[in-house]
Amino acid sequence: MSKIKPRGKVPKKASVDEIIEIKTLIRHPMHSGRMKDKNGKNIPKRIINKFLVKFNGKQVFVMDLEPSISTNPYIAFPFKAKETGTFDFEWTDDNGEKYTMSRKMTVS
Amino acid sequence: MKRQKMIMISRRNIMYLLGGVASTALFSNYALAKPNLALKRIKEISKNNVEEIDLFLDVPEIAENGNQVKVSFDIDSPMTNDDFVKTVYLLADGNPAPNVAKFSFSTDMGACSATTRMRLSKTQNVYLLAEYNNGKFAMTKSKVKVTIGGCGG
Repeated sequence: MSKIKPRGKVPKKASVDEIIEIKTLIRHPMHSGRMKDKNGKNIPKRIINKFLVKFNGKQVFVMDLEPSISTNPYIAFPFKAKETGTFDFEWTDDNGEKYTMSRKMTVS
Repeated sequence: MKRQKMIMISRRNIMYLLGGVASTALFSNYALAKPNLALKRIKEISKNNVEEIDLFLDVPEIAENGNQVKVSFDIDSPMTNDDFVKTVYLLADGNPAPNVAKFSFSTDMGACSATTRMRLSKTQNVYLLAEYNNGKFAMTKSKVKVTIGGCGG
């Protein structure tokens, strides 16, 4: 299986009160538990079930994912720039693993 | 004489049998009409207090591949502490499970919109349910025609 790798796009610079768009993508199979492999065996359910975003330590956005979300979940959402800071992204896997990523943004 | 009786009985039996088949067919039709799980879930979440309005839900009219269907929504809200959208639910009535995603927004975001990609197993309705901070609910739905289903199996 390919490695699980998060990716994200956050503008490096923004002006005060500008609404920016943040795009994220994580490479993950999102096995719904209904698909079968080549031998006709059921692939057990394994999905990303939670996506959490913090800005300077404060939780700003949470998304709960279900098996109906596609492979390699893509999530885009807005954010109102007010101050310079760091975004912390966190994806939670069904097996308890957490994948994290952080991005800096300068507001002038 | 004996033989005649047997025929009579069997004919009667056939009538019973036909009647039985007809009635089961009739009832099973009702039984097979799957309850709309998405609407049921919406009623559960909103405690049957939901208003159907025209929220902006962007889904393709026809999805060629049900594995990757782009869904985006944009709800008009000032996103201030007094008036903001708390939670947005995305549901589908033709998938094995009605829930698709739940988005929890905060006032720091400045707008209430998001984009993701979902699976659709067949042609169905996609529902968007928004919960406001004052406890009100609003929903909208949109039909997507799916050419190739995307739930595996």
